[in-house]
Amino acid sequence: MKSLKTLAFAAVTLALLSCGGDKKDSIPTASSETSATTETTASSSSPSSYDPKRGLGPHENVDVSKFDPAMAAAGKKIAEVKCTSCHKPTEEKLVGPGWKGVTTRQTPEWIMNFISNPDPMIAVDPELQKQLELCLVRMPNQGLNDTEAREVLEYMREIDGAK
Amino acid sequence: MKSLKLFGLSAIAAITVLTGCKPKGTENAVSGDAAEKVYVAPGKYDEFYNFVSGGFNGQVNVYGLPSGRLLKVLPVFAQNPENGYGYSEETKPMLQTSHGFIPWDDQHHLSLSQTNGEVDGRWLFANANNTPRVARLDLKTFKTVEILELPNSAGNHSSPFLTENTEYVVAGTRFAVPTDDKNGDVPINTMKENFKGVLSFIGINKDSGDMDLSFQIEAPGINFDLSHAGKGKSTDWFFFSCYNSEKANTLLEVNASQNDKDFIMAVNWKKAAELVKAGKGRKVQTEYAHNKFDEKTHTATSTMKKEVTVLSVEDMKEAMYLIPCPKSPHGCDVDPTGEYIIGSGKLAALIPVFSFDKIQKAIADKAFSGDYDGVTVIKYEAALHGEVQKPGLGPLHTEFDGKGNAYTSMFVSSEVVKWNIKDLKVLDRQPTFYSVGHLMIPGGDSKKPFGKYLVAYNKITKDRYLPTGPELAQSAQLYDISGDKMKLLLDFPTFGEPHYAQACPGDLISKNQVKFFKIAENQHPYATKGEAESKVVREGNKVHVYMTSIRSHFAPDNIEGIRVGDEVYFHVTNLEQDWDVPHGFAIKGAQNAELLIMPGETCTLLWKPLKAGMYPMYCTDFCSALHQEMQGYVRVSPAGSSTPLIYSLNNKKDNAQGPVKQGETK
Repeated sequence: MKSLKTLAFAAVTLALLSCGGDKKDSIPTASSETSATTETTASSSSPSSYDPKRGLGPHENVDVSKFDPAMAAAGKKIAEVKCTSCHKPTEEKLVGPGWKGVTTRQTPEWIMNFISNPDPMIAVDPELQKQLELCLVRMPNQGLNDTEAREVLEYMREIDGAK
Repeated sequence: MKSLKLFGLSAIAAITVLTGCKPKGTENAVSGDAAEKVYVAPGKYDEFYNFVSGGFNGQVNVYGLPSGRLLKVLPVFAQNPENGYGYSEETKPMLQTSHGFIPWDDQHHLSLSQTNGEVDGRWLFANANNTPRVARLDLKTFKTVEILELPNSAGNHSSPFLTENTEYVVAGTRFAVPTDDKNGDVPINTMKENFKGVLSFIGINKDSGDMDLSFQIEAPGINFDLSHAGKGKSTDWFFFSCYNSEKANTLLEVNASQNDKDFIMAVNWKKAAELVKAGKGRKVQTEYAHNKFDEKTHTATSTMKKEVTVLSVEDMKEAMYLIPCPKSPHGCDVDPTGEYIIGSGKLAALIPVFSFDKIQKAIADKAFSGDYDGVTVIKYEAALHGEVQKPGLGPLHTEFDGKGNAYTSMFVSSEVVKWNIKDLKVLDRQPTFYSVGHLMIPGGDSKKPFGKYLVAYNKITKDRYLPTGPELAQSAQLYDISGDKMKLLLDFPTFGEPHYAQACPGDLISKNQVKFFKIAENQHPYATKGEAESKVVREGNKVHVYMTSIRSHFAPDNIEGIRVGDEVYFHVTNLEQDWDVPHGFAIKGAQNAELLIMPGETCTLLWKPLKAGMYPMYCTDFCSALHQEMQGYVRVSPAGSSTPLIYSLNNKKDNAQGPVKQGETK
C-alpha cells in the first residue's frame, strides 16, 4: 500500500511539473466566453500594456459629437432592468458609485468596454481596484451587447447634461 | 440490490465466499500507473461526462471520467429542497401523475439521445420504475424538461431505451397487470386470464425532443425486464428480455424460475408504427399525465391525456416474435454492428448470443417451435449464433468496445468478463468489489463506442470505504480497457444506487451550455424586470410579491401587512446576467423548501405563516462579499388585523429612489 501511495504522489508531482510550462494555453483570453471566473481573468493581461484611458475590450473611438435623446431613452430602460439596482443617477453611492459625473471622469471607450465586460478591467485598472476596495462587490457582467452598451452610455451622458 | 431479489440467496453465498477468502487483488489488482491515469489536474476538465442513475433517490448523478469527481446531482423524479425542484410553484407540475403528486421514484436506466446510432449529446432520457414515467433532460441546461406518465403499465423497467435516430423511446412494463380499460379489481389468481404485458412506444420530435405516447403493444402477461433497439441492419427492430413466462403471481423467486427458457421478444417497431398509421389497434380510454417545462416562462404545466392506441398480439402477428432464452434473461444488448443480440440469462451458466441474420432467416423459413399466447416462437437453435460457455456466474449486462469485444457483468461471481463476440471465447476477467450490477463503456450501447474506459456499478461495498453505519454507499469502479487485459484504475462511492449509466466525450455537451437566461426573454407572468417594477399585490388572502435579487439585496426587502392565514407567493426574479451567479431565497417557517434562482430566471415560493411575528428572509447562495447582508424582514400580523400593506427597499426618509410604497389590493 505504501508503495502505491508513493507512486500516486510521484504521479501527481509529475503531472504538476509537466503543467508548469503551458501557462498560456491554460489561461483563457479576456474575450473568451470561458473567462467568467475571476481567478483566471485576473492574470489575463499584463498591467504594463494596459491603457487606462481606453480600458480592455473591443470599443474604441466612440463618436459622441452629437447627443441622441432616443438612444438615451433606450439606455434608461435598459439601466432600469440591469443597472439601477446598484447605481443612482446622482452622485450618491448605493452598492456601486452614483453615475453623476462619470462621463467627465472616464472616456466613452472606457465606459463601454467596462460595462460590456467588467471582469478583465477590474483585474487591471487602478481606478476600478480602488472602487472595489470601497464597494467590495465586483460589478456583475450584465450581458450588455454593443448597442445596449452604447445606449446606456448615452443615458449617462444625458445625466451629465449632454444635449 | 433491491431489484435483484431473485439473487438474494446466491448473493449472500457470493459475499460469504468473497469475504471468507478475499479475491486476489483487493490491493494488488491496481497497477502502478493507475493514479496517473485518473488524475485530472486542478482547473482541467474530465474527458467524459458520466450520467449515472440514482436508483432509489429518483435523481441522476453526473460524474467526470476518469477522475470520478461528482459534478452535479440532477433532480428528476424526486423533490430537491436544495434548489426547490418539485417544491417551487413552477416545478410542482413536473411531478403530477394520474395518481396525484408523486414526489419520488426509483430511477434505473438512462439513454443519451443518438443520431445515426451515435451519441449526439442533446438529451438524456430517464425511467421511473415505480409509478411508470419517462423523463427527458435537456443537456443545454441539465434540467428535467419533460415527464410523461405511462398508462397500462406497472413498474417501468425496460426503459428508456431508444432507436438509433431517437425516433422512439420504449417503456415495457415489468409487472403484467390488467389494462386500464379493464376492471383491475379482480382476484390476483386470475393473472393468467386478466393480466397483460404492455410495451409503450414514445415518439420523440427530432427537433424539440418533445415526447408523445405514439402507441402501445399489448403483449402476453409476462414480465419485461430490459431492452435495446437494433442498429444498422436491425434498426427496425426492438428486443426485450422477458422473465416469468410461468406467469407466477407469488414467490417469483422460485415460481418464476421453473422454465428452462424464457424469452427475448423481437418487435418490428417500424411495422407497428405503420399498422397504427393504417388504423389498426384499439383506442383505450385512460388517464396519464404529460408534464412539460417551458424555458421561456420558466414554468411547467401538467396535462392529463385521455387516450392511447393499443395494438394486439393479433395486429402484430407478422411483426412480433419470441426467441427462447435460457433462465430468466436480464440484460438484452445489441452489438455495434446490429448483428448480435446478447441475452444474459441471469441464472444460466452460459451467455446465448443470437444472430439477427439467423432470426430473419428463421422467420422466412418458418423455423418455429409453436406459439406462446398467440405470439410465434422461433426455434432456439435457428436464432442462435452461439453460447459463451462458462463465462462466470449470474451474467447481467453486456457493453461493447467497438473492437469486436463484449464485456459482461457477473453478479454472482462478482467480476467483469471480456469475450470475443464472433468466436465466443473468454479473453479476460477482472474482479469487482463487490457484486457488480450494470456496467458501462462510454457509447458502449451505440453504433460507435468510445471505448477506453469501462465502469462497473457495484451493489455491495462492505469493507471498501470508511464505514458509515449499517447503510453503506454503492460504488463505481473504473477500468482501463484500452489494452488486451482490463486494468482497475479507481473506485469511488456513488450517490443513491447506480443502475444503468451513460457517458460521452465532454465537448459533445459542454459546447452547448446555457450560461444564464436572458432577462429580456423571460416571459414568466410574475417576472419583475427591474427594481422599479417590484411590488406587492394582495388578492384576498393571496399576496403576490414581485421581488428582484441582485448582488447583494432583494427588492423589496421590507414587507409589512401580511396576516396569518395569507398565502404569500414570493416571485423572485434574479436580475443577474452572468454565469454562475444564482441567488437563493429562504424565509423562516417555509414548509416546503428554499429556492435557487438562476440568472434571468423567475421562481416562486409559496409561504403560509402560521403565527404573527417578525420573519427574516435571506439569500442562501453565497453571492458576493456582502452576501451575508442580503437579507430582509416580513412582518406578520394576526388574522383580520388592519396593518397597512407596505413594502420598501432602502426606506430612509430622504431617499427618493426607495420610498415606502403602498401595496396594491385587488
